[in-house]
Amino acid sequence: MGTFDFLLQGLVVAAQPMNLLYALIGVTLGTAVGVLPGIGPALTVALLLPVTYQLDPAGSLIMFAGIYYGGMYGGSTTSILLNTPGESASIVTALEGNKMARAGRGGPALATAAIGSFVAGLIATMGLAFIAPYIVKLALVFGPREYFALMVLAFVTVSSAFGDSALRGLTSLFVGLTLALIGIDQLTGQTRLSFGVPDLLDGIEVTTVAVAMFAIGESLFIAAQGDRGPDKVEAVRGSVWMNAADWARSWKPWLRGTFIGFPIGAMPAGGAEIGTFLSYATEKRLTKHPEEFGNGAIEGVAGPEAANNASAAGTLVPLLTLGLPTTATAAIMLAGFQQFGLQPGPLLFATNPQLVWGLIASLLIANFMLLVLNLPLIGLWVRLLTIPRPWLYAGILLFATLGTIGANPSVFELGMLLAFGLLGYVMRVFGYPIAPVVVGLILGPLAEQQLRRALSISQGDVTVLFTSPIAAVLLVIAALAFVVPLIMRARGRGEVLTQLAASED
Amino acid sequence: MTKGTHPSTQTRRPDWAALTIAAVLAVVAGLIFWDVSRLIGLAGYSQVGPTTVPYAIACCLIGLAVWTAAEALRGDFPERDHQEIGPVAWIVGGLAAQMLLLNALGFSIATGILFALTARGFGKRKLWLSVPIGIAFSFVVWVIFAKLLQLSLPAGPLERLFF
Repeated sequence: MGTFDFLLQGLVVAAQPMNLLYALIGVTLGTAVGVLPGIGPALTVALLLPVTYQLDPAGSLIMFAGIYYGGMYGGSTTSILLNTPGESASIVTALEGNKMARAGRGGPALATAAIGSFVAGLIATMGLAFIAPYIVKLALVFGPREYFALMVLAFVTVSSAFGDSALRGLTSLFVGLTLALIGIDQLTGQTRLSFGVPDLLDGIEVTTVAVAMFAIGESLFIAAQGDRGPDKVEAVRGSVWMNAADWARSWKPWLRGTFIGFPIGAMPAGGAEIGTFLSYATEKRLTKHPEEFGNGAIEGVAGPEAANNASAAGTLVPLLTLGLPTTATAAIMLAGFQQFGLQPGPLLFATNPQLVWGLIASLLIANFMLLVLNLPLIGLWVRLLTIPRPWLYAGILLFATLGTIGANPSVFELGMLLAFGLLGYVMRVFGYPIAPVVVGLILGPLAEQQLRRALSISQGDVTVLFTSPIAAVLLVIAALAFVVPLIMRARGRGEVLTQLAASED
Repeated sequence: MTKGTHPSTQTRRPDWAALTIAAVLAVVAGLIFWDVSRLIGLAGYSQVGPTTVPYAIACCLIGLAVWTAAEALRGDFPERDHQEIGPVAWIVGGLAAQMLLLNALGFSIATGILFALTARGFGKRKLWLSVPIGIAFSFVVWVIFAKLLQLSLPAGPLERLFF
């Protein structure tokens, strides 16, 4: 069967009324959290994991993917109207979008962001559907050592290649890897680092750490900044529709943004931010109106927003085909798969095609829903920005603890939530990134398993890791991704990497 | 992190907070060595066992501790913004109160207190108003999640009054 047949089958799954409902819940929640400053899609998926224990796997995964896409749409609204990006991939959108809103062109800015996201999401999801089978075929020749090399590459790119310090990125990663050791060793059944505490035998829940660091750590950090006065929300004045000139200036940036964003998301390079910066730079170079850049150029909104959504879809390529998460949200979605006893990867395409293709097809449907949610209903979302901060953060903490209590209503679990929240706060204060902790925690045990398998096959011979050509190439790329940024920072070119920092989403 | 108001006046002084981080990393590494040393001898015929990866991670942590200490001594750590301790204490107090009261008083009251203390941390001073609001809101949430979505949230006197 070809990709088209699979996709049609997937559409049948996705069009079931319950799955449509899950997709709708997902995109609505995703848009809401994307709009709210301070919480991102990673946190929302983590909060909802315990709630979905009783739901069916396909439905919950469709909902999670909807949240991811919705978060990417909603983030643009906050950047344009508030100048405070709702999620990190929307920083560039704030540059031009907020200027447009101040000049009274907030409507067209929101429209080009939403339609650009739609175009990019549609093309990139089709790209995902057509590329995935080839990567699955490629992945079938992967053995334990190739998987291990791939995970090492993901570790390096997520932690140290981007951001302002390799040291702090790596430290975060190793905090995650250390937490991953806690509990029963998967291959021999011995306990490690649990110090006789029965609650630790199961290991540390990814959701607890993610919720603690993203929700509690972030709330503490924002509270600790003191009262800096209310942020100014730009009202949407005039029409939300774009005129002919806006369309003419937008469609090329949408397509360029898509083709920049998708490959970057699909590579294990972490983060949607890189694509948005590249797209912005491209549009700035190609524009016929260079004088408008910095004062509200529509190309500067259209391109990066398209790139942003395209790379969100791209991130799903390594997640679904290789089981390799490259962003915090993808890492928590992987935890969602594991919660249902599913391991994404080539095997899942063979054993559970209706789930995988249903998920991919539902993304196409989610895109249409998001277009409706984000254009005619934009006024509703803007209203969310006017919730006073005390109630907003009190509500965020209520729902943050709700998820943990629902999963395990014990004093110990809440104590861990508080402890990791404080750790997350201290890490924020000292400029340590959070995403590597989450990725290290979920990918650490998988990497260890592959490493030990590879070494067991070779009877302890370490050189086997480098003698497979694929593994060797991946490890060389990982080494380059580690060394080149170090040299760039040492030679004073570090600010480029700081700007490309992959933070929480 | 944005830069503080005194960019480079004290860059040569050792950064004690960062040195503490280095020490903590080293202690964690020591903890891994100590805990995993119990497992020695169980490595199996390929010399790769449950101890291999923990040792590798502990060694890396020591390396990171040294690197952190070096940056701390050179003053390479970024300046920290001023942090208000008051709001942080209110929110931590709220989380601690919820943790301790949850099983005795049930979800709504414990979480309502967390809600009010968090709002206090963000500047809502009227606790006599925000505690009832928090409890009422938490109760609605409890009804939705525990009764409609079948999530097991602990019930207390307030919940038993109605259900």
